[in-house]
Amino acid sequence: MSDSARSAAADPSGPVPTGPRPRRRVSRGNVMLYGTLIVIAVYYLLPLYVMVVTSLKGMPEIRVGNIFAPPVEVTFEPWVKAWGEACTGLNCDGLSRGFWNSVSILVPSVVLSIAVSSISGYALTAWRFRGSETFFTILIFGAFIPYQVMLYPLVILLRELGLYGSLWGLVLVHTIFGMPILTLLFRNYFATVPKELIKAARVDGAEFWTIFLKILAPMSLPIFVVAVILQVTGIWNDFLFGVVFTRPETYPMTVQLNNIVNSVQGVKEYNVNMAATILTGLVPLTVYFVSGKLFVRGIAAGAVKG
Amino acid sequence: MDETGRPRRPLRNLSAKLAMLPMILTALVVFVGGTLWTVVHSFTDSKLLPRLDWAGLEQYDRLWSSDRWLVSIENLVIYGVLSLVFSFLIGFVLAALLDQKIRFEDTFRTIFLYPFALSFIVTGLVWQWLLNPDFGIQSVLRDWGWDVTVDPLYDPGIVIYGVLVAGLWQGTGFVMCLMLAGLRGIDEDIWKAARVDGIPKWKTYLFVVLPMMRPVMVTALVIVTAGIVKLYDLIVAQTGGGPGIASEVPAKYVYDFMFRAQNLGQGFAASTMMLVTVAIILIPWAYLEFGGKRR
Amino acid sequence: MAFRGQVTLLGLAGATALATSASAESLEVTHWWTSGGEAAAVAHFAEAFRATGNEWVDGAIAGSGSTARPIIVSRLVGGDPMGATQFNHGRQAEELIEAGLFRDLSALAEAEGWRDVVNPPSLIDACTVDDRVYCVPVNIHSAQWLWLSDQAYADAGVAVPTNWSEFVAAAPALRDAGKVPLALGGQPWQAMIVFETLVPTLGGRDLYDAVYETKDADAARSDEMAAIWQAMADVREMSRGTNVQDWNQATNMVVTGAAGGQIMGDWAQGEFATAGMTAGEAYHCLPGLGENAVISTGGDAFYFPVLDDDAKSEAQDALASVLISPEAQVAFNLRKGSLPVRGDVDLEATNACMQKGLEILASGNTIRSTPELINEDTGTQIGDLVTQFMNEDAMTPEDAQERFAVIIEDAE
Repeated sequence: MSDSARSAAADPSGPVPTGPRPRRRVSRGNVMLYGTLIVIAVYYLLPLYVMVVTSLKGMPEIRVGNIFAPPVEVTFEPWVKAWGEACTGLNCDGLSRGFWNSVSILVPSVVLSIAVSSISGYALTAWRFRGSETFFTILIFGAFIPYQVMLYPLVILLRELGLYGSLWGLVLVHTIFGMPILTLLFRNYFATVPKELIKAARVDGAEFWTIFLKILAPMSLPIFVVAVILQVTGIWNDFLFGVVFTRPETYPMTVQLNNIVNSVQGVKEYNVNMAATILTGLVPLTVYFVSGKLFVRGIAAGAVKG
Repeated sequence: MDETGRPRRPLRNLSAKLAMLPMILTALVVFVGGTLWTVVHSFTDSKLLPRLDWAGLEQYDRLWSSDRWLVSIENLVIYGVLSLVFSFLIGFVLAALLDQKIRFEDTFRTIFLYPFALSFIVTGLVWQWLLNPDFGIQSVLRDWGWDVTVDPLYDPGIVIYGVLVAGLWQGTGFVMCLMLAGLRGIDEDIWKAARVDGIPKWKTYLFVVLPMMRPVMVTALVIVTAGIVKLYDLIVAQTGGGPGIASEVPAKYVYDFMFRAQNLGQGFAASTMMLVTVAIILIPWAYLEFGGKRR
Repeated sequence: MAFRGQVTLLGLAGATALATSASAESLEVTHWWTSGGEAAAVAHFAEAFRATGNEWVDGAIAGSGSTARPIIVSRLVGGDPMGATQFNHGRQAEELIEAGLFRDLSALAEAEGWRDVVNPPSLIDACTVDDRVYCVPVNIHSAQWLWLSDQAYADAGVAVPTNWSEFVAAAPALRDAGKVPLALGGQPWQAMIVFETLVPTLGGRDLYDAVYETKDADAARSDEMAAIWQAMADVREMSRGTNVQDWNQATNMVVTGAAGGQIMGDWAQGEFATAGMTAGEAYHCLPGLGENAVISTGGDAFYFPVLDDDAKSEAQDALASVLISPEAQVAFNLRKGSLPVRGDVDLEATNACMQKGLEILASGNTIRSTPELINEDTGTQIGDLVTQFMNEDAMTPEDAQERFAVIIEDAE
């Protein structure tokens, strides 16, 4: 990926960038810009390189090993093992086992937490009432409480609600812990929207929900993308709540990842660890890449504003 | 305290209140309730199960006479300050670079963001390898003939900086993303106006755009700080708190005592101290930030 | 190779599971045995349980007890208990027993005469609270082993040591040859293993019992204990330059001959086996450091949560009985690389080191493992002290000993 970027930057006679606004041709400033980006990209990619290379080696080679050396003998066995053969106790079907469980936890949790938080953020910006900011401050305080400290109170709460052990209990937990930061995210982004816009809509008699759905949400695409990135990552990678609030049949993928990576006794298979980590990261990564396109559309939305 | 929802339209105000109900319940029941529960139990001698056997200030006495707790706090301060400064600096610079209407923006953004998707356990492991003096970066540099020492993880004096490098690698991408969203929210007209006035680009960023991004900055600040306070997995995976106790952090102290030592009381006392500290910093700031701005 | 065999075996087990009738009781079993060999060992339990007409639902969670424990306790407290769970026996489970969350297995233990067959008897004592039996011990792991690399000593031109004093004496020769005399991973628990090995082997059983069992602060301040802390200072010196975190990376240094030796539990065996090395030829093992052939009998046990269902309780009894049956004990422990808890079974161990372990076990020269004697809170404090000592040259053995004595004084 960085190869193509490098050739584009280093080769001024190459095709002229076809951005929306070709105001700058390839210049010295451009070389600096791409040069800087590429140097930084190398720093970010170095650990990934080590992970990929390690995941393609056999264990004997790793034992001998220089971590930077490319594999002498490329093997995809660790990947196959991580996906379909690694055992969680007796269930030897690897990460594949938890994949759909993770998806079925992820989708409702992300949707619900973003819906609830964006509406709260909106209400806090445009429809404040006495005390609403106090509740909000308390909520922000919640962002700083380590999850593990809240584990037992949550168990007791869900038991009393009769939701313990159900999917909705887990979705509720993710919604609760996503709420402080997401609400802050939306509240602060909505605050940058010109007040006149909302006021005008209210003068026109627009309703609470109409203003949100028809005016505010469509012009806030970038921040929804950020929220999705945050939640997809957090919920997909969650291990503690996933394992505490579900049953073995519905364990998420991270339980398997933990089992592969986190064994204390027995032989540690670093190559399988690396492959499993990259595989588990693929879903968030895909979301990042796809949602990135929406960022660009955020500019278009911004243009509408003006 | 204004009533933005006009009283003459009670129904509309009602839907706003209804919409905020989940937030209010979460704040009161979960966060206030859970915090009170924690504080109360920090005065007990709960071991494996939470119980209400009073122990007075015993847990706090022990906490503050523990070397490990004191080292933990020192580490958190160093890590916290540096991590805030650098993640903001790097995050903003990266976002500004990506905002130059460059080619391959998607690719670069994904490269800077991807570490955020990987589990801390393996992030820690990979950085532990990279920083290993015998087979990591140091050995490569020495093979090239540079006689340098890069072994932060085995030097108690600087181990926390070794953790910082990995932490920044993992987290700056998200800060960048947030900043980028902020930049994308800036009106095109502002840029046009600045260009017409002939203001250099860097000045526009520093004096026009940055102040406009204040809300996004606040969000980033809370997210990064919350991450710092909760710093745990990375330490476990990368250094295990070592060498010795040189890279211990408060959250690890809390978890270790709650779940490994099975001394819930001690863990709750430590987390109460963490929460009190957060509250002392947060409440005045929140008052200025959220309370004072109201017009 | 071994791996493929295991997959086939599990495939068969899976097929059997599908065939079982719907009327069978299913029990969810949580445990933290997840590495290849461990999982293969558990499969033997599951298979034997299925043979009783019941269903084993596997709930494996990797990591040490600190990962699994909050999960297990949450499930119990949340009112959604599993059918059976691994838990370290000893002091850890006492509170859950007192809270009435675990079933009393006394009737079954009585009927099957567990007290007569379990060796050493301390294992069944660890399951007993107020004369009632609450758990089934399933295996024995010991920590007091010194693993030695023949190659490292050949390179340094000295003989492979046969005891700790020779080992210490040979250390300078290894240093001169550019090797680390004693590999010690950076994680705190590994330094703990070294400490808990030095106390009963160099200091003797009496010292171990006085400090850990009776919590005698005078013993902790004694000259014998001072000698242990001096030995820890030697370890500090000899392990300098290990520069790895994981225990198996440290073991790997012994495998490749980069280090002379490592003090680690019997599970290190697996690393040598994986590297294709034979005990007595390419590497040597010294139980009890070759000074005092004593091993601790730590291990794992299963507990059974109280379930409101007679049919499930019956299935629990069936499982408990399977876990301790001679056949399952042999099959499981051969795979796991641990020793059986029954004195009356014949484990045809081909490995020289495992054979040594069995002999010591039969001779009765065993000590109770520390988790049975001190609670985890005290254990954590000792662990913090030991790891701090190992990494701070400024801390003298005398300082450390005094701080250790204070911890022992406060221990419950």
